[in-house]
Amino acid sequence: MNNSRVKSNIAWTVAGILAVFWFMITAIPFLFMVINSFKGQFEMLQKGVFDLPDSWFPTNFIGVLENGFLSYFFNSVILLAICLTILLFITACASYPLSRMKFKLRGPTYALIVACMSIPIHVTLIPIFKMSTVIRTYDSIFALIGPYVAFAIPISCYILTTFMTSIPASLEESAEINGCGKFRTFFHIILPLSKPGLSTLAIYNGVAIWNEFAFANTLTQSRKAQTLPLAISAFKGEHSMNIPVIMSVLVLTVLPMIILFIILQEKLVRGLMAGAVKG
Amino acid sequence: MKKIASLVQSRQRSVRIAATVFLAPVIIIMAVFIIYPIVSTFSISLFDWNGISKDREFIGLENWKMLIHDRVFWFAFKNNLTLMVCSIGIQIPVAIALATFLDGAGRKVNFFKVVWFLPLLMSSVAIGFLFSYALATTGGIVTTISQSLGGGKVDLLGRAPQALYAVISVVAWQYIPFYMVYFLAGYGNIDINIYEASIIDGATRGQYFLHIGLPLLSPMIKSACILSLIGSLKYFDLIYAMTGGGPGTATELMATYMYKLSFSHFKMGYGSTTAAGMFILVTGFALMMQTILKGNGSSNDE
Repeated sequence: MNNSRVKSNIAWTVAGILAVFWFMITAIPFLFMVINSFKGQFEMLQKGVFDLPDSWFPTNFIGVLENGFLSYFFNSVILLAICLTILLFITACASYPLSRMKFKLRGPTYALIVACMSIPIHVTLIPIFKMSTVIRTYDSIFALIGPYVAFAIPISCYILTTFMTSIPASLEESAEINGCGKFRTFFHIILPLSKPGLSTLAIYNGVAIWNEFAFANTLTQSRKAQTLPLAISAFKGEHSMNIPVIMSVLVLTVLPMIILFIILQEKLVRGLMAGAVKG
Repeated sequence: MKKIASLVQSRQRSVRIAATVFLAPVIIIMAVFIIYPIVSTFSISLFDWNGISKDREFIGLENWKMLIHDRVFWFAFKNNLTLMVCSIGIQIPVAIALATFLDGAGRKVNFFKVVWFLPLLMSSVAIGFLFSYALATTGGIVTTISQSLGGGKVDLLGRAPQALYAVISVVAWQYIPFYMVYFLAGYGNIDINIYEASIIDGATRGQYFLHIGLPLLSPMIKSACILSLIGSLKYFDLIYAMTGGGPGTATELMATYMYKLSFSHFKMGYGSTTAAGMFILVTGFALMMQTILKGNGSSNDE
């Protein structure tokens, strides 16, 4: 008995040390980013990286915000709003027959949509780039809507179809007996009941779209069209030697996510995990 | 009798019509932005084309022959495989360890949980840029720590073999929180009665973990492996931002190589070939995993 208690104490001590070690590995890069974002360009070079800045006045942040950072931010917000509206509506529409109707091609259609999950976006990059120059959307946020929505569909259909399957069939049957058509059933019964599933989808895809880089880097060129992930490299291009400015841009790009995390907490975590449920 | 049959038929037809209408938008968008581009990539791969000029030369399978003998592409593929093996080998065990710690210690370590979770809130590009500075020889974190301990400068990203492992470590830093939360949710789903029963029967925490927790987690470990495997083969953002594939081709991946060929060197014909090659390899691996895991699943059922 005593022996096992000693053993358990040793185990917890070792676990505690490892936990603190991993805590430091996670926290130090963030500390590095935040501390240095308040420093001046030469202050960072002269002092040690982990010395506190002379002043906590957010000079770099004000500079970044005044030099067009907000334009990247608003581009991202508008794009996100458009993409999520389209995506949630059309995947809800598609998941309804896939989860609750019986027809011959249901299995193959569902399999085909879900199979698209593993497609690398790079295989579509050149034709989509070409397409955007042909339909003249190149270098505007509208060029990004199509590919963002398309690549979010497979996982979204998967999550939402699973969700809708769990809605009890009796509700729908009684609606049908009362003469409610498929379309009315969808809008008045299925869609309102799917709200929890839709909010999970909004979080999962919202974060993915907010952070997307490859398409945005390919299909946009100027500040009027570029999204937040491109702000970092744009500021890096202008201030390549001024590391504190870049650190302040990094802080500003993470900030919305941290605020969202504080507001939503477990809901955000569940949303982020939604993509892992497939298997 | 005939009337009933026709009723059934008309019902089936109305279901078919409704299903078509509901599915149409999704099918059309996927056809335009996924299926058509894939076909188009394969057809462009047969041309010599710079992406801008109107004329492009049909060269048949020349690009594909070049791809098969392209050392850089296969080196990049090898890097993808290294990333894949290291990701599965590092991320999943560490994530299980962290999740087990959080599950065992309960609410009093909530602060750890929140901080460990933080990397998940940062985008890949932001992480890539952050670490390109954090691992730099001047003013980087590792060099600062090494100098304060009396060591010299540490050049992690500048030379070939260690650059790849430095990048792989950063990828692990990014994804471990993800799998940690995932496995933590898995522990949360285990019936509390099972835990209580095992403790009453005199099992220690370690025994509970080895004989009950881990086996119950194994389906999740399986799907985490698939996710990690496919993800490693498609990996792009972080490495493109952090090293751009360099120094030389040390951290080149299939995706960064394809991207640079197409959009820095404007070899869109050959770029399409590498993209198509990447597509074939990723799809092949995905199908292989599916069959292997399906085989496993059925043998477990028996």
